[in-house]
Amino acid sequence: MKSIKSGLLIYSALAAFTLISMRGYLVAAENERVIQITAKKFEYSPKEITLKKGVPVVLEFTSLDRLHGFNCPGLGIRMDIRPGKVNRLQFVPDKVGTFPFHCDNFCGSGHEGMRGMITVTE
Amino acid sequence: MKIDRRDFLKLAGIGSAVFASGLGGWDHWAKRALAAEDDFFFVQLSDTHWGFTGPAVNPDSAGTLKKAVEAVNNLKIQPDFIMFTGDLTHVTDDDKDRRRRLSEFQDIISKLKAKNMRFMPGEHDAGLDEGEAFKKFFGKTHYAFDHKGVHFIVLDNVSDSTSTIGEDQLEWLSADLKQQDKNSRIVVFTHRPLFDLYPDWDWYTRDGAKAIEMLIPYSNVTIFYGHIHQEHHKNTGHIAHHAAKGLMFPLPAPGSVPVKNPIPWDANQPYRGLGFRNVEAKVKETRYAISEFSVRGEKL
Repeated sequence: MKSIKSGLLIYSALAAFTLISMRGYLVAAENERVIQITAKKFEYSPKEITLKKGVPVVLEFTSLDRLHGFNCPGLGIRMDIRPGKVNRLQFVPDKVGTFPFHCDNFCGSGHEGMRGMITVTE
Repeated sequence: MKIDRRDFLKLAGIGSAVFASGLGGWDHWAKRALAAEDDFFFVQLSDTHWGFTGPAVNPDSAGTLKKAVEAVNNLKIQPDFIMFTGDLTHVTDDDKDRRRRLSEFQDIISKLKAKNMRFMPGEHDAGLDEGEAFKKFFGKTHYAFDHKGVHFIVLDNVSDSTSTIGEDQLEWLSADLKQQDKNSRIVVFTHRPLFDLYPDWDWYTRDGAKAIEMLIPYSNVTIFYGHIHQEHHKNTGHIAHHAAKGLMFPLPAPGSVPVKNPIPWDANQPYRGLGFRNVEAKVKETRYAISEFSVRGEKL
């Protein structure tokens, strides 16, 4: 009997946690902005992105050819952009300014020029 | 009291014939002891980027490496060995071109008088094919060797296009270091800097901190690298990192301009910012005296 009670208690706790988590996700999903970015040799499209400080954003990267990278040291974000899948990077810009980004996975003769800029406004 | 080679042979009660015989552990020990007495030179050549064309950056792109070869051959004392720290060739997306450039590079440097040459790739040589073409011409991309009392470690942080050393190689490094005393003289060669020199320009190694952490317990570690096409010196703790000039085009100082582009050719100062270095290993003093040379061999 004791073990059944314990089981119910754990189940209830798990269910409550799941609901809270789902609610949190839904809240975030409602507010966040999704930006789709394609990467290919040797450019991003779009390569200039404007965001609002404090507004959650998801960058959805798709590679059209090979492994690329996205590295924006000024905002402290990076990710590998692997071909054949959508690569999602979720973050909240926490400062205003212009922040260059670049491909940091060596991708060929135009690698050095594979760059872009994120502008974060108030 | 200073003991020279001849005195050592007398004290040890052995003649040079024994050393030539290659017999037994005593011979090995004596050779090591003698080797540790000797200072020596090596030359670091870096970022030769054979195959690059761009008259505004280097109108003598086909002649610069050849001039450097001649300058090294004209050194009064020939180095014990020459180390090439990567980007032997300029990147091409065509595998046949890559192999042709590697072959041409190999032919040019075969004119060097010093025949003991060591190689490692840069991302331009190895980043697109995981080092396959490089290996065909120059062998392994990471390895270790000993020379006159110094343990040299060559780390590959370019064949993986994600700018990482990788867990397998880090395990190899760990095993290699375990064989060394904590006060061994250790020199590490890499292409990219192991520390975060300037990540905005990709001047770092993503897992470089793991390698540095492994090296920290060793008291005498010096790192020579390339990649940034300029002389640069920095310490992380007691570990010294020395970047070398390139031999095709110089790059701006880290973060000094918004965008990293080669510095244009200056007709009034041709070959400015290009060159090679001579490193004198003062083994007993555990220090390395670096002399910079221009492409034409003038000591700077």
